[in-house]
Amino acid sequence: MISNGRPIPLGEVPVVPLPEFRDRFLQAVRAGAHISAVFGHPADGRLTLYAVIGQAADGVLSVFATEVADGYPALTLVAPQVHWFERELWEQWSVRPEGHPWLKPIRWQKGGEPCVMDYFPVRGEEVHEVAVGPVHAGVIEPGHFRFQCHGENVFHLEVSLGYQHRGVERALAGGPGQRTLHQIETLAGDTTIGHATAYAHALEGLTETRVSARAHALRGIALELERLANHTGDLGALANDVGYLPTASYCGRLRGDWLNLTALLCGNRFGRSLVRVGGVGFDIADPMPFLDRIESAADDVEVAVNLLWDTPSVMARFEETGRLSRETAIELGLVGPAARACGVECDVRHDFPTGIFKFAHIPVAAASTGDVFARAFVRWLEIQRSITFLREQIQQLPGGEIRSTPGPMKPNHVVVSLVEGWRGEICHVAITDSQGRFAAYKVVDPSFHNWFGLAMAMRGQPISDFPLCNKSFNLSYCGHDL
Amino acid sequence: MNPWGFVQVALALLLSPLLIGVINRTKAFVAGRRGTPLLQLYHDAAKLLRKGAVYSRTTTWVFRAGPIVALAATLGTLPFLPAGGLRAVLWFDGDLLVVIALLGVARFLTVLAALDTGSSFEGMGASREVTFSALAEPALLLGLAAMGREVGSLSLSDMSSGLTAAKWFQAAPAMMLAAAALLVVFLAENARVPVDDPNTHLELTMIHEVMVLDHGGPDFGVILYGSALKLWVLGTLLVNASLPVRTSSVAIDAAAFLAGMLALAVLTGLIESAMARLRLAHIPQLLVGATALSVLAIILVLR
Repeated sequence: MISNGRPIPLGEVPVVPLPEFRDRFLQAVRAGAHISAVFGHPADGRLTLYAVIGQAADGVLSVFATEVADGYPALTLVAPQVHWFERELWEQWSVRPEGHPWLKPIRWQKGGEPCVMDYFPVRGEEVHEVAVGPVHAGVIEPGHFRFQCHGENVFHLEVSLGYQHRGVERALAGGPGQRTLHQIETLAGDTTIGHATAYAHALEGLTETRVSARAHALRGIALELERLANHTGDLGALANDVGYLPTASYCGRLRGDWLNLTALLCGNRFGRSLVRVGGVGFDIADPMPFLDRIESAADDVEVAVNLLWDTPSVMARFEETGRLSRETAIELGLVGPAARACGVECDVRHDFPTGIFKFAHIPVAAASTGDVFARAFVRWLEIQRSITFLREQIQQLPGGEIRSTPGPMKPNHVVVSLVEGWRGEICHVAITDSQGRFAAYKVVDPSFHNWFGLAMAMRGQPISDFPLCNKSFNLSYCGHDL
Repeated sequence: MNPWGFVQVALALLLSPLLIGVINRTKAFVAGRRGTPLLQLYHDAAKLLRKGAVYSRTTTWVFRAGPIVALAATLGTLPFLPAGGLRAVLWFDGDLLVVIALLGVARFLTVLAALDTGSSFEGMGASREVTFSALAEPALLLGLAAMGREVGSLSLSDMSSGLTAAKWFQAAPAMMLAAAALLVVFLAENARVPVDDPNTHLELTMIHEVMVLDHGGPDFGVILYGSALKLWVLGTLLVNASLPVRTSSVAIDAAAFLAGMLALAVLTGLIESAMARLRLAHIPQLLVGATALSVLAIILVLR
């Protein structure tokens, strides 16, 4: 049991035999825990399999490990939320989860085995396949979608990714170096603050650096600004996808207003170079321009977004589209607004608070219907709550230095750092070697959990509603592919 | 034969792309943007006509014939198209069926060209287009039939010039129902909101646009101009049915007609600014609803 951002010596992680690992795993999942990360780390010719499981009720994370050779009985069969992790394990380390129902790489080709472009086929006279991507009509990232359709209805959607794979995790091992923070900031470019904060927390834990209250508050402000910009942009994009121009036009501009606030804070609209290990790189000297801009943007967002709920033609498109049940969301281990829209009240800011969120509580925003409307409405609730948070924090910024100098990292430690990015739970796990460098650095972007949720939401839906469903999840391709 | 009818043909050829410009400017105005120039479509068509075309090896002559034949068929409707009080170049009893059949030919060739590519997107678009136009056609035919019955002729020119203000107001409820049905057909057939979204880049949601994805260069220019013409043709039918300004002066009639076309473009822009698209599965309900309006109009006229 460890807490968010607190390192423990690697020797204290229980390495248990496989059957016990399996028992612990299943016990936690049955008790409703969420799997934050499962990954392999090779040491002394053996592969150690680590599991990081978040127990929201107690606010602690359990980390345990086992050693595996070529294969082991797949956990997916009894705990579906691990299915994507097990495919990743097989892809990265060639450890075969025996009995995995759909064992196929998630990013790159392995040669010989079922390959990334082999899709689950549906056969029959009237069934047809529709292939979309990897090159899309909009200015978006590449990814391939394969639909098995019956007329306009989708039986099954398979998402195949990997086009954005950059080998970031491998590049991070051996670090940190001069490039590391830049690599972290671009894990998913629209979640710069989220990932950088997770990284900074991990390193501050490993170096026992004390971060001032002011720096924590500034990070919180930047994190919520990032959430505001993206949620506002998403609501505008949802309006655009159903052809509703007013909200689409306003939100496009308003997203820019939030981004400009981040730029006012640090000179970059995406918050690059703001979060630093030991604190932040920029300070708010005069809170007045921030408060003024927040008020005017908040007023405009309210008008623009409420148009959505007041327009029957928009609601007719949002409601009942791409529905996911609460049970499915929990079984798949969804995170972020997509999970909260199904009534799963998970939010790292609430469950595993760090930094400013230990002191300033943001209520968890949830809905119950699990459709496009719910995913849009949860975003609207979060926009309102983030604005309230910003008002409070900027008015009462604590004093103090904004940055302290970190010392050397503790050798042979492991730290888990969770942050609620705007898409959901961001999980970074760092393991240090005997020299105090990264032996492994594991990143789990929220998109990693949620892509399959999109596939499930499309079952039985008209194919013409796919763009709308896709936008309501708005997942990252590069965050998944790393 | 009415030589003055060539004025209407010339107006259609010259002004139809302008209607699209007016629609786009209206949408931009409502959204608080400046918008594209009014003459953008002229520039686009001219630019595309100067380009080369790329043809997939999987396509045949059908794919190349599609845009040309569709444009030719749409052009073929112009001599039968009256403008308000102004008679068309040619008319005879039942010429409205010729116009609708020619529009059908244009659609048929567009659909064939789309199927010829063998792309799953285009096949999807073709199936949607055919499904929805099969439902839109009865609404159009029956709406025009209601007008024809009121005027006592099935020639578009007779119907249009015979529909004086006195006659229109005498059967106002029926004429309003028919006009409403024609408006729905106008929006559906021209791929406008709430049926289709001409601005979307999302292939999976498209109806008309997805059928022409593989056309490029001059072919695409011809398609753009052809759809502008189609907008003009169906708009003319709607304005003829809903704006009964029939004076003895050709100038006043023509001015009223042009004002009507302009107002229709602005109205289309406003509709697109004020509502979202329908879910694809609900479009048949809208079109069947339009047919019901036309049937009601006929019942009122027959009464």
